[in-house]
Amino acid sequence: MTMGCGLLFDQTLCLGCGACELACQKEHGQPPHKAVKLDADSFTFVGRVEGGYFQRHLCMHCGDPACASVCPVSALRITKEGAVVYDASICLGCRYCVMACPFLIPKYEWNSPFPRVRKCDLCYEGRVSKGEEPACASVCPNGATVFGERAELLRIAKGRIQREPEKYIDEVYGEYQAGGTSVMMILGKTTAASGLREGVLLDALPPLTGRMLRKIPVAVPVVGLMLAGFYFLTKRKNDIAKEEEEEKNG
Amino acid sequence: MARGRKPFLLVLAAIPALPAYILFMRFVHGLGAVTNLTDDMPWGLWKAFNVFSGVALASGGFTITAAVVIFHLEKFRPVVRPAVLTAFIGYMMVILSLVVDVGRPWNLWRPLFYWNERSVLWEVGLCVIFYTTVLFLEFLPLVWEKLGFRGGIRFWGWLTPVFVIAGVTLSFLHQSSLGSVYLIVPGKLHPLWYSPALPLFFFLSSVALGLAVTSCGAHYSSRAFGKSFEPLITESLGRATAVVMIIYLAARTLDLGMRGNLDKAFRMDTASLFFQAETALLGLLPAALLLFPAFRRDPGRVAGAQATVVLGIVLNRMNVTLTAFQLGTGARYIPHVFEVAVSLIILCAGSALFYLAVKHLPVFGAGESISSPPAHKAPEKVRMGT
Repeated sequence: MTMGCGLLFDQTLCLGCGACELACQKEHGQPPHKAVKLDADSFTFVGRVEGGYFQRHLCMHCGDPACASVCPVSALRITKEGAVVYDASICLGCRYCVMACPFLIPKYEWNSPFPRVRKCDLCYEGRVSKGEEPACASVCPNGATVFGERAELLRIAKGRIQREPEKYIDEVYGEYQAGGTSVMMILGKTTAASGLREGVLLDALPPLTGRMLRKIPVAVPVVGLMLAGFYFLTKRKNDIAKEEEEEKNG
Repeated sequence: MARGRKPFLLVLAAIPALPAYILFMRFVHGLGAVTNLTDDMPWGLWKAFNVFSGVALASGGFTITAAVVIFHLEKFRPVVRPAVLTAFIGYMMVILSLVVDVGRPWNLWRPLFYWNERSVLWEVGLCVIFYTTVLFLEFLPLVWEKLGFRGGIRFWGWLTPVFVIAGVTLSFLHQSSLGSVYLIVPGKLHPLWYSPALPLFFFLSSVALGLAVTSCGAHYSSRAFGKSFEPLITESLGRATAVVMIIYLAARTLDLGMRGNLDKAFRMDTASLFFQAETALLGLLPAALLLFPAFRRDPGRVAGAQATVVLGIVLNRMNVTLTAFQLGTGARYIPHVFEVAVSLIILCAGSALFYLAVKHLPVFGAGESISSPPAHKAPEKVRMGT
């Protein structure tokens, strides 16, 4: 599990200004626009939640990402900083990552002859790998999105919830979801749903397939040897039967 | 016979215009231009039918070679070649489907060199590459025989057990791994289909399907190509299919019961109806009929029941990939007419290849087998003759 850095989003501080969206689009060379959902040209978007709050959506950057574990060629991988990044040049376009993501984050370029998987990369190339903070965190006017060490962010998040328990829901979204994510969110108390995906497994997902895959190095020789055993056993049985037949016939 | 086939071949010749147009759109304007795939439904009909069902439909190759070459069940020897040919063509069609379906097919070779041993799909990719190679090797003796290349025939006779053991092991991995693919989406697959035992279910059902496909193939191709098989073969295949199907269905029922989902099978909602169609109507019913020796005495009835089993297991693969995924995620997907067209064209292409192979290669009868060395076999015949 690699989780160095991360982002903390505080729903109660978000003004819904959309500065993070524009900074993200600029950083990734996308045409500036008001994002209405995550898509191939929008790695993040801010949506109004009934009850007066705004909710930001972006890749959660799992500590043990399902997308990276399922990729047949490791086109998706997690960096030591905790960013889950993508290399289009080796990608097959199988879209198993899109299938597997528990947060429904990766989007596909359905109308391109050279399609790529698109999602937030935590500004890894241009910023985080150079020790800078991601574009969205750098422009947030109200500290709703902040960048830092994951452990430190988690401490801040829990501190805020503890100080104002009447204001916050008593859960850090991302502390345990999918085994823990580098992006975490704290939400204000409201009757309305935040739009974040509910029911995400609180354990890392890759072990679900890993358990099966680990058996293969054992299964191959066992099955192979069993088959070889049956081959010689039944061959011998047939030969004996044939000999007996011959003896009978004289 | 040739005259009767001419219109069929003419239709085949006219068909290329449509795939040419679809392929042009697909590779110039992207998958979105010819499919109804979305980010919510990233895998559609091509994966469901041509890949998941296609691999399952090719399972006759490993079940029959295992029965004859490994278990020495000599009575099935006449269907070894058609079964291997079907599997070989099936896998080629799976690869063809993948070339159309994946976004960047020029990278399809990369799993060989860019390993991710945590990925089921990496393992599946290697299985496809290696098993297609093995099937090609198992198929070659037909070419040697056609060419009269005696050295090749003899050499292959010695090597066949090795090929078959490799092929059966790879198939065991491949068939079960297609079930493992879905282990990582517990929240996205309807509980009537999601189970930690998916790999086991996929493997068991592939064995049943392999037997059923071979049985149907033997029956219908004996009519189409004027070759007759011993009724004993389809009779035995019928019994074997029934036994494997009942083990498979019992395992699934037990699994649903143990995880408290059995009631969901009887709710008469969309999920339960698809589930019942797959397991009861197209599974248990034909399997139960095939258990009766009296029923199995009529080759026509056996073929009908076996065809039903084939439909049922294909429906299972479609249910996992399409129905259960939509029910589990709330996504909505109806295949684009071009998706249906491509699926059918690939199916037709495979059938045409099979027809050509049967016409030009000793698929039925003629040669002894793909397996046993002629040197070893020949004296026996003499002995039997005297």
